[in-house]
Amino acid sequence: MKAKFQFSDSPVDQIAKSIAAQMMNRRRLLQVSGLSLTAAAVAACGVGGDSDSSGLTDVEDLSDTEKVVDWSNWVAYIDVDEDAGTNPTLDEFEAETGISINYIEDYNDNNEFFAKVRPLLQNGQAIDRDIVTPTDWMAGQWISLGFAQTLNYDNIPNRSNLYPDLVDVSFDPGRVYTLPWQGGYGGLGWNKAKVQELTGSDQLMDLDDLFNPALKGRISVLSEMRETIGCILSHQGANPSDFTSDQFYNAIDYLGAQISSGQIRQVTGNDYLAALESGDIIAAIGWSGDVAQLGDDFQFAVPAGGGILWTDNVLIPVGAKHKKNAELVMNYYYEPEIAARVAAYVQYITPVNGAREEIVKIDPSLADNSLIFPTDDDLAIVKPFMLLDADTEKEYQDAFQAIIGN
Amino acid sequence: MQLIPTSSKAIFTQPLRNGRSLTPYLLLIPGLAWLGVFFVIPFFSLLVTSLMKPAGSSVLDGYVNALEISNYMLALQTYWPVFAKSLLYAASATLLALVIGYPLAYHIALRGGRWRNLMLVLVIAPFFASYLIRTYAWKTILADESFITSALNFLNLLPQDRILNTPLAVIAGISYNFLPFMILPLYASIERIDPRLLEASKDLYADSNETFRKVTLPLSMPGVVSGTLLTFIPAMGDFINASLLGSAKDKMIGNVIQSQFVIVRDYPRASALSFILMTLILLIVFFYIRRAGTEDLV
Repeated sequence: MKAKFQFSDSPVDQIAKSIAAQMMNRRRLLQVSGLSLTAAAVAACGVGGDSDSSGLTDVEDLSDTEKVVDWSNWVAYIDVDEDAGTNPTLDEFEAETGISINYIEDYNDNNEFFAKVRPLLQNGQAIDRDIVTPTDWMAGQWISLGFAQTLNYDNIPNRSNLYPDLVDVSFDPGRVYTLPWQGGYGGLGWNKAKVQELTGSDQLMDLDDLFNPALKGRISVLSEMRETIGCILSHQGANPSDFTSDQFYNAIDYLGAQISSGQIRQVTGNDYLAALESGDIIAAIGWSGDVAQLGDDFQFAVPAGGGILWTDNVLIPVGAKHKKNAELVMNYYYEPEIAARVAAYVQYITPVNGAREEIVKIDPSLADNSLIFPTDDDLAIVKPFMLLDADTEKEYQDAFQAIIGN
Repeated sequence: MQLIPTSSKAIFTQPLRNGRSLTPYLLLIPGLAWLGVFFVIPFFSLLVTSLMKPAGSSVLDGYVNALEISNYMLALQTYWPVFAKSLLYAASATLLALVIGYPLAYHIALRGGRWRNLMLVLVIAPFFASYLIRTYAWKTILADESFITSALNFLNLLPQDRILNTPLAVIAGISYNFLPFMILPLYASIERIDPRLLEASKDLYADSNETFRKVTLPLSMPGVVSGTLLTFIPAMGDFINASLLGSAKDKMIGNVIQSQFVIVRDYPRASALSFILMTLILLIVFFYIRRAGTEDLV
């Protein structure tokens, strides 16, 4: 008894002990159930295959009574007033139309976003988004699974400003479901001073320069298969828009050799930007506008062998409750003046004809910025990645994930 | 006990038993319901998914229920090196946490004095920040141009001239993130040791080394066992540390499961991998507990 009194626990001791006692069970439960929950969500929805999103096709359009639009977009993809922390073009749209845009930067990764919403859509549940912004190949998957709504061009008269060569794209001929938001290149980005220090030149011309042993352990490539494998395919003389299975696996082997030799330090998504800034990596396969936004110490270039051209597209998912409002938003961003303001900030290729004339009013030098207004010469060395059917997509993605360690 | 006749004991307990007979079961309902909904049902659906096979020749046809044991064979055949690597990382991280955590728990429990409560709060304090943010912070701490990396490089202690994106960073990250799970059970069991036993040990001419080896350590074994389990189990399935702090060569099985679920969308294989991981952990825990003994486990 005495001993027990002597050891009477203070409140903190008791908390510590009870936490310790509970943790074992809790951690184990959390860990196991976390994994199985995902599986349950997946299994409950009949694991792919037979989709029944029919419940979502005749949803009433509440645009006239609910003046809102829910929009999922990528980060760093719209103009920002850095002093006020606002998005001027979004605010002006609200002021003009009375429609408020709920702008959500939760589109981090094509596959991840799709994995989240697909079970819902397949089960006939709405995803509470009126606009989503998938990359072209992913937009193709939305369309082929019946997850996209046809656009009513009566509400989007400014569609006539779309560059004619962007109308007939393979994943959406005639642009029935989608409009381009911004485009860009997958290519080489680097820290000029550091590359100079290690290689003696502040320029990287092609992938041989990137895989120069002097840069060993200081470079990264993107975890998006299309950019990384696409650049390698071009480098090997293959055509990223039309390649054979053998050529694909040659590129995979090439990438694998660079990873196992330690030349490539990391395979990342958008994280490479932070690593470039901190100096952990000094060169990367990355995205054009991203690197351009980092400032003058950094440079982006399409590799001499060729780079990848991609577009992100706005589309209206089935089940959207504010379709007309969404179309009005699209119309607004296809006004050349508005498109110019967005492009001037994000430095990606604008799909809007006439933006070049408008951007001169903001900053005349931007009109010659080939990242925003590519010339024919620029476009000659970049190609979109080949459209893959679902089975090839799975096969290639599996091989790519295995080689990058996943 | 002998003073109370058995008959009167029965009389005393009878009315009480009636009153409380249902209560414990009623109290169990929320817990059981929780377990049922969030563990048992998903567990079986995971099992079912792991045995599915493709419905047709195309992935667009989805998967149908089957008994494809070969999913497991294929998963093991392809990914056993990743399982082995995960086991190595998790075990190293657990050992590291034990080496760091034991002296700290010992100190807090036996020498903490009035600072004891404060030190315990400090041990738990990292939990106030999100797991992800803490791991991102390690990217800054271990960055190539950070003080730590430069200092270690100056002393020529780093084989790869860097820490970030090496196995060392992954193991260090896991150790750090799960260290409180090691320290708290250790603390609880060291603190429970009767100081008179330590005094007795000294009275019997044991020096402090011998006292530690023959008294403190054996009596704190329950803490060691539960601490290592609490660290090892989540470490084995972790994927955050490997994906943020590791290189493409340092990925763990959690990364594979995540990419199979989310990117490749091969649900049967991902489920089979999850099941293999669970079984592996259960087997390791089973043999570890059998060997180390479960008595007095928290």
